[in-house]
Amino acid sequence: MSLDKEKIKHVAKLARISVDEAKVESLTKDLNSIFKFIEQLNELNTDKVEPLTSILNQSLRSRKDEISDGKIREKILKNSPKENEEFFVVPKVVE
Amino acid sequence: MSKEKFDYFIKGEKGKYEVVIGLEVHAQVLSKSKLFSGSSTKFGADPNNQVSLIDSAFPGMLPVINEECVKQAIRTGLGLNAKINNYSVFDRKNYFYADLPQGYQISQYKNPIVGEGKVLLDMPYGSKEIGIERLHLEQDAGKSIHDMDPSNTYVDLNRSGIALMEIVSKPDLRSPDEVNAYIKKLRSIMRYLGTCDGNMQEGSLRADVNVSVRKEGDTNFGTRCEIKNVNSIKFMQMAIEYEAARQVELIENGEKIDQETRLFDTKKNETRSMRSKEDAHDYRYFPDPDLLPLKLEQKLINDLKKSLPELPDKKKERFVKEYGLNAYEANVLVSEKEISDYYEEVAKLSDKKLAATWMMGDLFAMLNDRGLDISKSPISAKHFAELVQAIKSGEISGRIAKEVFEIMVESGDNPKKIIESKGMKQQSDPKELEKMINEILSKNKDKVDQYKAGKEKLFGFFVGQVMKLSGGKANPQLTNEILKKLLKG
Repeated sequence: MSLDKEKIKHVAKLARISVDEAKVESLTKDLNSIFKFIEQLNELNTDKVEPLTSILNQSLRSRKDEISDGKIREKILKNSPKENEEFFVVPKVVE
Repeated sequence: MSKEKFDYFIKGEKGKYEVVIGLEVHAQVLSKSKLFSGSSTKFGADPNNQVSLIDSAFPGMLPVINEECVKQAIRTGLGLNAKINNYSVFDRKNYFYADLPQGYQISQYKNPIVGEGKVLLDMPYGSKEIGIERLHLEQDAGKSIHDMDPSNTYVDLNRSGIALMEIVSKPDLRSPDEVNAYIKKLRSIMRYLGTCDGNMQEGSLRADVNVSVRKEGDTNFGTRCEIKNVNSIKFMQMAIEYEAARQVELIENGEKIDQETRLFDTKKNETRSMRSKEDAHDYRYFPDPDLLPLKLEQKLINDLKKSLPELPDKKKERFVKEYGLNAYEANVLVSEKEISDYYEEVAKLSDKKLAATWMMGDLFAMLNDRGLDISKSPISAKHFAELVQAIKSGEISGRIAKEVFEIMVESGDNPKKIIESKGMKQQSDPKELEKMINEILSKNKDKVDQYKAGKEKLFGFFVGQVMKLSGGKANPQLTNEILKKLLKG
């Protein structure tokens, strides 16, 4: 896999990271060399190996269906850059 | 009835087009708390009051799955005759939106909890099977409110993190009518199972609608558009009609259809492109490192299977066999669990066929007029059964029964009491009826002569007189018989 400049800009846009046009060239080079390093793994034959989702050999922990949280609006809204007494307030997003 | 009569096509200038529809239904799971946090899921609470640090995505919070939500998804899968996967994985679906504080939705991508299944629809042209592609568990997003402030959007995270089941159909639907039947069937199955309340006004059930068109006879699919988040069956149908016509027009003008996400504007009754979703399909899914794979013991699945209630398809079969109803009656009476429960209580105590007729006629009309669910019926199943029996036994006529019914609705009294206190019992004593009829005939000798001379239309006049004299209580069948006998003599 290799990345071109357009792909770098696209990924940056999806991740909401602003990338200086002047840096795109060097970023592309850096990321490509990282990919190249990782791609060495492809040399291994993994045909008979199950994909590993986690290194912990245990099953997913679950909880009972009980109400044990919430009713902390004041605390939660405190971290909003802009709020009124009830809501998070964000710039208008309308289709 | 022939299938052709119901075939749904869009007519273009260059031929007929078939419409191909697939649905992604989002059904809110019935549970007390959210999928990965202990906040309440109750609808209508004060804004942001049912939000935990997990739901608002504070750093360092770990999601822990609600075991009941998993069970609800399994039950629903079983109700859809689907394969339950013993191994499934939670993934992160990445996108930015103000009502998604995590910046990703926890969903299931490659390994959903439920695999392929099917749903049967009863259409006027026979039964039709709709394939289910998959069902997976995911988090709901918060709610953006755009109309409270001219320059800002308000965000309420109460809904954020509630468990959703996304049920993906195969592209097997071919008309707005089939979409209507499919949604109603899904809703009915989930309400029987108690896994989703199906309340579309409150947003517990909504759908993304995939629409494409192709020339009649084509076997390849056309390019599809996805209409996001439609929250009523009516709107789904309107959106499909508009979208299909739009695509046909593009094709006929030699233009290309872009595969894109569109929204349905309910005020203008049109779909339009959602610019903001240009990158919507670039979700960069990857397994959520906070959550291990979900492994299900076969025993849990078997136990849940054993505990499932009787579902509408089975119940319908039983109603036909056990109660002698026709397919249409059975279909209507099993559509909602509450309706079928009411019917079975009535049928236990009265004539089964007559009970169905009166329920689907007068009872449903009354509930409809008053905007009531059957669970709020002013007439109890027991009283209703007594009314049906009074009709069946000939104690009251159908006409009088309608009056008794009205009084029952207003007073809540049992029909026996009403019939007795108002003297509404049907006159079924042949001797008394004969006496009354003789009286009428002797008062109307001229008409009797005319009748005998061949003016047979006058029969109705005599019946009318009997009804008038008896205050509508004369047994109509007996009246006919006696009248005929006496007029002959």
